[in-house]
Amino acid sequence: MMTFIGPIGLPEIVAAVMMVALNAYVLMGGADFGGGVWDLLASGPRRDAQRTLIANAIGPIWEANHVWLIIAVVMLFTAFPDVFSLLGILLHIPLSLMLLGIVLRGSAFVFRSYGSRTGAAQRRWGRVFAVSSLITPLLLGIVVGTIASGALARGLGVFAGAALGTGGGPLAGGTSDAHAPFAAGGADFASVFIAPWLSPFPIAIGVLALTLFAFLAAVYLTLAARDATLREDFRRRALVAALVVFAAALGAILVAHFFAPGVSRVLLESPVAPWFQAFTAIAALTAIAALWARHYQLARLAAAAQVSLVLWGWALVQYPFIVPPLSTIRDAAAPPITLELLLTALTTGALILIPSLLYLFRTFARSRTT
Amino acid sequence: MTNLLAARTQMAVSLAFHIIFAEIGVAMPVMMVLAEWRYRRTGDAEWLDLAKRWAKGTAILFAVGAVSGTVLSFELGLLWPGFMSFAGPIVGLPFSLEGFAFFTEAIFLGVYLYGWDRVGARAHLGAGVVVAVSGAASAVFVVMVNAWMNTPNGYQLDDAGRLVGIDPLVGMRSAAAFPEALHMLLAAYAATGFAVAGIHALLMLRGGSRVFHARALGIALLVGAPAAVVQPLSGDISARMVARTQPVKLAALEGQWETERGAPLRIGGWPDAAREETRWALQIPGALSLLAFHDPRAEVKGLKSVAASDRPPVAVVHVAFQVMVASGTALALIGLWAGWAAWRRRDLASERWLLRAIAIAAPLGFVATEAGWTVTEVGRQPWVVQGLLRTADAVTPMPGLVVPMILFTLLYVGLGAIVIALVASLVRETGPVA
Repeated sequence: MMTFIGPIGLPEIVAAVMMVALNAYVLMGGADFGGGVWDLLASGPRRDAQRTLIANAIGPIWEANHVWLIIAVVMLFTAFPDVFSLLGILLHIPLSLMLLGIVLRGSAFVFRSYGSRTGAAQRRWGRVFAVSSLITPLLLGIVVGTIASGALARGLGVFAGAALGTGGGPLAGGTSDAHAPFAAGGADFASVFIAPWLSPFPIAIGVLALTLFAFLAAVYLTLAARDATLREDFRRRALVAALVVFAAALGAILVAHFFAPGVSRVLLESPVAPWFQAFTAIAALTAIAALWARHYQLARLAAAAQVSLVLWGWALVQYPFIVPPLSTIRDAAAPPITLELLLTALTTGALILIPSLLYLFRTFARSRTT
Repeated sequence: MTNLLAARTQMAVSLAFHIIFAEIGVAMPVMMVLAEWRYRRTGDAEWLDLAKRWAKGTAILFAVGAVSGTVLSFELGLLWPGFMSFAGPIVGLPFSLEGFAFFTEAIFLGVYLYGWDRVGARAHLGAGVVVAVSGAASAVFVVMVNAWMNTPNGYQLDDAGRLVGIDPLVGMRSAAAFPEALHMLLAAYAATGFAVAGIHALLMLRGGSRVFHARALGIALLVGAPAAVVQPLSGDISARMVARTQPVKLAALEGQWETERGAPLRIGGWPDAAREETRWALQIPGALSLLAFHDPRAEVKGLKSVAASDRPPVAVVHVAFQVMVASGTALALIGLWAGWAAWRRRDLASERWLLRAIAIAAPLGFVATEAGWTVTEVGRQPWVVQGLLRTADAVTPMPGLVVPMILFTLLYVGLGAIVIALVASLVRETGPVA
């Protein structure tokens, strides 16, 4: 089915498609979380109008946008089951907290939309919606940052004899042995389950993700707003957010230099890294210029490009590893038959999904003009 | 509490919570579409009102189902990494297909819920049909995964006991796939249909609008009653499949300790694991052999045919099975009663006893679902994949699982209470319909 061009084969293609799903989640679901941030920060004389605009903009689409995350997760556990297991063990705490954020955000949003109309109930659910919109992007970024930093290698060390990519995975078969290191007191809980993610570099990436999502949301909301003053509100917010993103990105690079030298080295040494950085900078500057000149369509395009480039920059930093430095994409992949069937299912599914999504967005984008 | 028990409890709570919303997500769209279709045909605005009220409830319940389903997809790795490493490449395919079906459902539910004034009449009804079909499809795909855990196939084992030479397409058509998918779909329609019918029956008994609630009852029963009436037949298909493929599970759900020909059917009773016998049960001679193999002299394997360490907790499984059968039978009988009343063209509003029965039976479908899920999951223990992987070998080595278990349990208890309060307030609004 596949012709191999250099190191690119079935596993790499599936990994790339998984990144596309994650990219879609970041651009769509991410912006919905960003909307929650602006709900929290709503201020000024048009505070309620801002919140209504956010609720109307994400109402019809957030569930569909959310499914991109499920697609990415399902692809991960189908195509790279050992990686999914490893992340489930070592990142149990941040992933569980992220899930709490996801559940509370979604539930609070519908409870506010459909529940009691009294001011108190509306405010209460609004607050839960907004705060949980902060938690999820932060933890998503922390998870990505932890993987990229290579810190999971320290955690895996406690599983005696466990190795990724052997087909059996870190736990399959006779897995009771995996409990032994803890039973024997061979490793302490914090150094395995907390330290790898609760450290400067992952947190810097978490903050970066949060600011990127808020930036995206502000840019999108300039297009969703019908009212010119409301549009100006979000134009100003988008411009401020762009500066905050710049600061967060700079911060992340500095933190990487001191705390994640592996990441820093790739950023400095990889021949494609300068190109990525240049394109990201161009996209960021274009977004700012377009916002300044009130070319909102262009601003949206540039902002989406900027965020996507940051995400693919992460992929670049770790390629060919899926969990650096433990396992490459190729080593962790499921048998070819699974990958082939998965790609077939994805292709077929895309034929139904993409037109459906376009229909959904077109249906609800019309609110600006009617 | 051991780590294993904490993990099992968290998974059980998550599934028990999600399955209710998943069932509603499968069946509620069918009812909305039927009500809207009646409106489009008749132009009677009260049908539209009904469709919109149901849609409002569906919006809340679907969202909670979507987020609790997301939790489950992560919990597979957070709690059962050994299972995912072992079986991910083979069960991943139906999960992926389920993902796509769910995606389609979410997209068109967005169009349906928010698109009343934005898309044409046909497009709106069409969106509802897509939601109903993709909801059913996603249930079928996800049940295929569970079916594979019960009757795994499409693989070979290597010397280390790992799966090799897998064929995910064969895995999707395991022996349990069709019986389980059928049973689950019928359960979704019966449980949701009767829950909705029960609410409207209650409102009617309390003097709500006769026309409005009679229409709502009509559609809810149209979806729920036929499903409840044929469910025992689907149960028979499932039971015979279990007898053939998982004899220990069958023995547990029937409280059958000895291997014997002409085994009796036990109604009620308490399986005593220490004494290895089931006490105080009403026994019908030969009936279990008859039901399980359609032959009163057939041999039924007993629990004692395997080591005690390979048996599930018999009492839980046996009691859950009895609860499921009793609830399901009650719904089937009420379904027949309603069908008879409809056939005689009786006015539902004057059938007070039938309305009372429907109102009381409102939660029974969900009770039966939870009990049935307990039967299939606890009945498979100590295995997570029947005969291949023990649950104890699949659990995460992360210590302290009691903490997330308590956290997620509190979350779900809280969410459950809020959802009930919200649906109750939606129902109260329905009261004084003109």
